[in-house]
Parts: sequence; structure tokens; C-alpha cells
Amino acid sequence: MTLVLEWTSAIFLLAGSFLCITGGVGLLRMPDFFSRVHAAGVTETLAAPLLLCGLMLQMEWSLDLVKVLMILLFVLATNPTATQAMAKATLIGGQKPLVTESESTKGDSPSNS
Amino acid sequence: MLIAIAAIRMRDLFGVVILFGVYSLLTAVLFMDLDAVDVAFTEAAVGAGVTTVLLLSSLRLTRRWEAPPRHNPFFSLLVVGVTGAALVYATLDAPLLGDPSAPVHKHVAPHYLQEAAGEVGMPNIVTAVLASYRGYDTFGETLVVFTAGLAVLLLLGFSENGKSRIETSAIHDQVALKVVVKLLIPLILLYALYVQFHGDFGAGGGFQAGVIFATGFILYDMVFGVENARAVMPVAWLPRLAALGVLIYGGVGVYSMLSGKPFLDYSALSADPVQGQHLGVLLVELGVGITVFSIVLSIFYALSGRRRQS
Amino acid sequence: MLTAAIIAILVTMALALARAFLGPTEYDRMLAANSFGTKTVLLIALGGHALSWHSYLDVALLYAMVNFVGTIAVMRFFENRRQDGKEGAGGAS
Repeated sequence: MTLVLEWTSAIFLLAGSFLCITGGVGLLRMPDFFSRVHAAGVTETLAAPLLLCGLMLQMEWSLDLVKVLMILLFVLATNPTATQAMAKATLIGGQKPLVTESESTKGDSPSNS
Repeated sequence: MLIAIAAIRMRDLFGVVILFGVYSLLTAVLFMDLDAVDVAFTEAAVGAGVTTVLLLSSLRLTRRWEAPPRHNPFFSLLVVGVTGAALVYATLDAPLLGDPSAPVHKHVAPHYLQEAAGEVGMPNIVTAVLASYRGYDTFGETLVVFTAGLAVLLLLGFSENGKSRIETSAIHDQVALKVVVKLLIPLILLYALYVQFHGDFGAGGGFQAGVIFATGFILYDMVFGVENARAVMPVAWLPRLAALGVLIYGGVGVYSMLSGKPFLDYSALSADPVQGQHLGVLLVELGVGITVFSIVLSIFYALSGRRRQS
Repeated sequence: MLTAAIIAILVTMALALARAFLGPTEYDRMLAANSFGTKTVLLIALGGHALSWHSYLDVALLYAMVNFVGTIAVMRFFENRRQDGKEGAGGAS
């Protein structure tokens, strides 16, 4: 495996792991459900393809590579959908986001969406 | 094990269902580590997937918090403890796991490992053992699945047409979810077919494929509503499909008998015995897949269209 | 480098599990379970390659599917219970 591939794979894996842990910490420390779903959803939707790309660069051309590509596409398609569906379902279920009133937002009403 | 203990102690049944899903998942990873891929596959598909969905569907119909126990559990604990101790004492005589000099590794297993390629001609020895060497046991398993489904249907019955329910608004409004799911379901069904027919070479087979196929339909039912789902796969077809699967399996056996060979001897199916084995395994796995799919979907239909008896 | 990534995933799974135990509302638990599932898919994919398991990618793809279906099932569970609980107050869309 050439040096370029090794280094690129290492960079991808490192970036993916960093985002993964960031998402996990965000999941644990954020004060409110909606901020948690944002933290977990966004970072994990990016972390998964990065990690899988890093994995793909370490494999040679074979059926396994195509399968990892399929997993990547599947995760890329379903993760944001599940995140958005969860957030919307929670909103309809009655949870309200934690908002602090400040001078600029006083008088604003939440938009109906 | 911590998860199992937490699941037993929790009173909130919803939390218990989720914990059981996580527990099944960790067990699947453990099986992968033990190099048992087919078992891990089935555990992930059934334990973490379908069981969670079915338990949640039935949890909808009953109350969510477990009532506190009304009797003192000390006596049952004593009985379980004594039985457990007796069983552990009995295992002290058994050979260690993986011991090469154990009887199970000296007679039948080497025969399977060495002869499967020649006699059955497929790389996946698990499928070869399941469908050919132990085909009669698998027939029994398929019949057990069929009978369990019949029992559920006799007890619950398909609920009447779900028109009386209000459409679930949280999922009904979500356009993005519906679009993505509409694109994903054909892929899920295609993957199920891949698992079914690739079972000869890699991990897979009839049971896993039937469960994945049913999962596709269950996803459709959950996102698009009960009426659409029943229009796609009418309720009346399901018991007939289940019977068809068992009939295919039994039919292969009877055909072998009518050709003068023993029941479920696949070499009667074709001039070349190895070809016959291939064809036999294909048909038999198809029967298993069809039966498992229709039974899982029937159980889901029996639970899904109901309202809670309030 | 692969080992470091696997350790990172394991740490994240532990964090998600902590949230699943703590999370005050049930929605938090649902989110944590979904995260746990996604990380497991990554764990199987990376770990399988590192430990040379057989056919691990099939299991990973299957679990990605199962995780998605499970999350939708949990959402539907909440929605239906809310509707059945507050008959007439919930209402159709």
C-alpha cells in the first residue's frame, strides 16, 4: 500500500474519530434534547462516511470495497432522515426547545413549521 | 451482562425493550467474534430488529409500567438457585469448549467439514449442514415457525381494517421521511433476495432473508399507514403464503420419496447428485424464506391495526 | 490508526449508553439508542476488517437497516401512545 494512501486513510480515520467523540461528548453534555439531537446527528452523519472512507482506502479493489461503499451510502441516506424525523416527532410530541430570552429575540413568536 | 441485569430490574417496559435490543446487538457482536457469522446475522436481524418492533407494537396495547410483584420471590429464587447449581455441577464433566479431543469433534464434524465440498458442493458449510445434512430438523423448525404463527393468529386474529384509526400525525407529516423510505424499501427487499440466494456461498439463508423481507414491509406499514400496507400485501394472502412455504419444503421431500429415494434426499432431483443437492437446497431455503416472511408479517399485522382497549 | 479509530468508537458508544441510562425524557433514550446503533455499524465494519472476520460487511449493512427500522418503530410507538392517551386532544393532521 503506497504511502499516499496510508496517509490519506490515517487522516480520514483521525478526522472521523475526532468527530465521533465530539458527537458523543455533545450527546452527554448538551442541556436540551434539541441541542443533543443536533450535536449527535450532525457529527455522526459526517463521522460515519469519514471513517468508512478511511477503511475503504485500506482495502484493495474487491467486492468488500463495494460493500463498504454501499454501507456508506445507506448510512448517508438514513442518518439525516432519522435525525430529522426524531426531532420533528419530539417537537410534535410536546417538547419545547430551551430558549433564553434576549433583547433581540424578545417579541418573536416561534415559527410554525 | 450488565445490560441484562438492568433490563430485569427496570420497571419501565419501554426501556426494557430498548435494552433488550441493545443486548441482542452485543450478543451478535459476540457471535461474530466467535466466528459464527450466520448466527450473528440471524441474531441481529431477529433480536435487534423484528423483536423490538413486535414488542413495541404489543406494548402499545398494554400498560407501560410493570406492576410491582405481589408475592415474595424468595421461594422461586431458591428453586432456580438449586436447579442452576445442579446444572453447573453436571457440566463439570463435559469437555471444554473447542477441545479437539471431544467426541463431537472427532466423528461427525470432521465428516461434514471434509465431505461437504464434495457431496453438497457449496462453500458455506453451515447452509450445507442446515439444509442438506440436517434437512429434516430444518423442516421441523419451519413447521414450528408456522405453528407459532398459527397460534398467534388464532389468539389475536387479524384486526379489522384499520380505517378507524386516525393517521399518525407525527409520521404522516414528514415528507422527507416518506421520500427516503420510498427509495429505500426496494433496496431492502433486494438485499433480502441477495441474502436468500447468496446463502450457499456467504452468510445468509432462508431464515435471515425472510426476516429482512418482512422488515421491508413492516417499514412500509409504519411510515405509510395501515391501509396502504394492507393494500400492498393483503391480509388474506399471508396464511396461504406461509402454507405455500411449508408445502414447497415438504413437496421436495415427497418428490424424493416418489422417485424411490428416502425423504428429503436431494440426489433424486437431478441426474447429477451434486446438481440435485444444489437444486434441493435452493428450493428448501426458498420454502423457509417464504414461510418466515409471511409469519413475521402476519404477527405484525395482528398487532398493528389494533386500538388499545381502554 | 485503525485501532485508534476503534477505541474512539468504543468510547462514543459508552457515552451514548450513559445518555441512554440518564436521559430524562424518553426521546433522549431513543436518540441515544439510535446513536449506539450507528456506532455499532462502524464498529463491526472497522473491527471486522482489523480482526479478519468473515462476511462482516453483510452483518454491518443489515444492522444499519435494522437500526433505522427500530428508530422509526420507537417514534411510532410514542406517537400512537400520545394519541391514544389524549383522545380528541391530539387529533389528526
